[in-house]
Amino acid sequence: MNIMFLLLGVSLLVALIFLIIFIATVRSGQYDDMYTPSVRMLFEDGTPSDKNATENNKSKTTKNN
Amino acid sequence: MDKCFHCGDPCLSGSVKHRDKSFCCQGCATVFDILHDNDLSYYYELQDAPGTSPKISEQKYAYLDQQEIIDKLVEFTEDGVQVVSFVIPSMHCSSCIWVLEHLHKLEPNVRKAFVNFPKKSVRITYDSNSLSLRELVELLTRLGYEPNISLDDMDAKKASVDRSLVYKLGIAGFAFGNIMSLSLPDYFDLHDFWLSQFRPLFRYLMFCFSLPVVFYSASDYFINAYKGLRSKVLNIDFPLALGIAVLFIRSTYEVFLDSGSGFFDSLTGLVFFLLLGKFFQQKTYAFLSFERDYKSYFPIAVTLLRRTGEQVEEEQVPVYQLQKGDRILLRNEELLPADAVLIKGDAHIDYSFVTGESQPVHKHSGDKLFAGGRQQGSVLELEITKPVEQSYLTQLWSDEVFSKRRQTNFRTITDSISQRFTIAILLIAVLSTTFWLFYDASKALQVFTAVLIIACPCAIALSAPFTLGNLLRIYGKHEMYLKDAEVIERMAKVDTIVFDKTGTITSNKETKISYHGQPIPKELFPIIVSVLRGSNHPLSRGLYAHLNLEETIALDSFIEHTGKGMEATYQGTIIKIGSASFVGAATTEKEVNKTRVFIKVNGTIYGRYVFQNVYRKGVERLFEALAPNQELMVLSGDNDGEKKYLQTIFPKGTQMYFNQTPTNKLDFIKQLQADGKSVMMVGDGLNDAGALAQSDVGIVVSENVNVFSPACDGILAASQLVQLDKFIALSTRGIQIIKWSFIFSLFYNIIGTSFAVTGNLLPVVAAILMPLSSISIVAFTTFASRLSEKILNKEEKSKHDKSHRLEHATDIILQ
Repeated sequence: MNIMFLLLGVSLLVALIFLIIFIATVRSGQYDDMYTPSVRMLFEDGTPSDKNATENNKSKTTKNN
Repeated sequence: MDKCFHCGDPCLSGSVKHRDKSFCCQGCATVFDILHDNDLSYYYELQDAPGTSPKISEQKYAYLDQQEIIDKLVEFTEDGVQVVSFVIPSMHCSSCIWVLEHLHKLEPNVRKAFVNFPKKSVRITYDSNSLSLRELVELLTRLGYEPNISLDDMDAKKASVDRSLVYKLGIAGFAFGNIMSLSLPDYFDLHDFWLSQFRPLFRYLMFCFSLPVVFYSASDYFINAYKGLRSKVLNIDFPLALGIAVLFIRSTYEVFLDSGSGFFDSLTGLVFFLLLGKFFQQKTYAFLSFERDYKSYFPIAVTLLRRTGEQVEEEQVPVYQLQKGDRILLRNEELLPADAVLIKGDAHIDYSFVTGESQPVHKHSGDKLFAGGRQQGSVLELEITKPVEQSYLTQLWSDEVFSKRRQTNFRTITDSISQRFTIAILLIAVLSTTFWLFYDASKALQVFTAVLIIACPCAIALSAPFTLGNLLRIYGKHEMYLKDAEVIERMAKVDTIVFDKTGTITSNKETKISYHGQPIPKELFPIIVSVLRGSNHPLSRGLYAHLNLEETIALDSFIEHTGKGMEATYQGTIIKIGSASFVGAATTEKEVNKTRVFIKVNGTIYGRYVFQNVYRKGVERLFEALAPNQELMVLSGDNDGEKKYLQTIFPKGTQMYFNQTPTNKLDFIKQLQADGKSVMMVGDGLNDAGALAQSDVGIVVSENVNVFSPACDGILAASQLVQLDKFIALSTRGIQIIKWSFIFSLFYNIIGTSFAVTGNLLPVVAAILMPLSSISIVAFTTFASRLSEKILNKEEKSKHDKSHRLEHATDIILQ
């Protein structure tokens, strides 16, 4: 019987933790901008140091124009 | 023709070849250099031609050195670190995000830059000891990302976003789910001993879960019902609040007396679905604002000329401090913040913010200039005649339309139905209770509460939010952005549509150019085109694009007289292109208001190119389609020069009013409403702002929805104006859908009530019926509104129109 109280307590605790996390994330404003992070994560870290690759790519784009 | 490597514009005049790439102007080439030298060329790999051509003006941001202004603009300042947010209208692609967020590579004193793309804003943290706000803004401007800093930013910081609905929804959903799982033993009526001994505990837990739902999540319904009652209106919130209250009281009573399981599951489910509807109905567009006034357009500071004895000093002052008699300087591309008289300089004022007319107006010294005009050309010296708030345009905002919360008397379809519904329900409840009082008094109270519970009009309350929410999204997809769902209901009731002329039914991007005079010999065209190519004046650029000749020659000499015209020689031919006074042409009275460019070769004036407004394609069809259902009117700030033509495209008998001031327009709408009409105003400029605010539905037509529009109910992309009749048809369809779903949900209520009056309402029945009705209503409204979207998709492509225009254009060239 005691195990039931433990189960109830644990399940409520887990549910409450999720509720609190949900409210905290809304409060932090991370749902306000759903677009920019999706673009930001695709950027290379730092700036591409390989100059040659950059030049090659650029000549391609100019041709397309 | 080459395209600019940086911004993608065609390289017209003054194109620059630089590092094997072509650029449309020196500015673009400079930005390329800056990025290239700082290892930021990755910018060009993310997207082709991602940049924006920078507009540089040396003194423009001098006012940002003033501490008073800095304090108002920055969000946070401490220990030499400042945080500032800018709106950058030219931000448009992923390259923009990348370069702005790597600003610290260009300027080490920038610590962090964080972009919010949908809002087109960037939040920058920087060391204010080594980098001033002015330097930061100038850096952004040099890169082509000029921030928009207006008088609006000087006001108190905006209130933080209201997220309470999301919290309420989250808590209701959380409680709903938990209560459902705790009710399972009750649903299946398990008499298992092991579970039965936990039953009281489960029920008390359900009670605890329902507390935040009733007292926090549902609080708005109680507040609104109370407000409604106080103003003697039975709005939809009243039966809802009554249902929630009765559900809670009866359930609590049952649980504490151990007489049943209560209806906590239905209660929390009801609140959850209602809030979900509310949430769905809010469709916001982060990049749009429907609340703008002139402050969003006006600058923060101007250059004041202060005379101390012989010396004249320039000083930056906030525009609020401007007084009658002050002398100010207005540079190229600067906006005049108050009415003034021109003292010195050659004024070409672009009033497109105000009237929608994009051709600059030429003014001479001594002429009156109105606030809201933008100078194009050289520096002007002006004397202020009226302070900012009392100027011709801005005094419009002192009208009460802008201060009072409007539309208090508008009753939504839900409210008008709920009135009858509530009375009917209360009647049924009372009648059935009286019956049971005589038949079996012990059940009377139970029946009374059961009727109020089951009749709680959640399905009715859900049909409007979901239908309108769906419609809002459909409108948004077709580039009609509405402020809120209520606008759709008001749009369905419109019986009079008032159109502004310039910029609304005419396009301010396109102009029709026609040639009048004796034919120009063919061999002269390459010279004319080459002369036009040398000038950056909008008229020259327009005419150059219109003539569209690739063939150019190298001129022997070329002089541009700003604001007048160009003079050039080529192998002995002297050619002058410009205004009437410049070439010395006689002008007829009739044409004085038109924009013209004269051509004079070797002393003979050949003729003139006349620039005319072009009416948007398909407006005739639009007016024809609207005429049977709505009364159309034209309200224009211009003279009646085009009245004749307007009469041909509008249905017979359309009322037209010309020379209307902004206040006239406002009063005109007021008068129409006093006559019992429901008015839609379709306009574009700040001069329509009063009429837009006063009308029942104010729609702003905008060539570029990212550019600010005055306060309104909806923003419509210019290309979609011709679809306006279909948009209105869709709104009436929406109202029909709501009515159908009302009938639909009434069935559920009748079934539920029959359970209730007979005294058979079990919690499990309520728990099934309630979500079932809600979900089926949501499904029905979504399906029906998606289906009616096809009204908008039936586009009639008028290819004929286009080819006709082309023929016309070639005719002119051949002349």
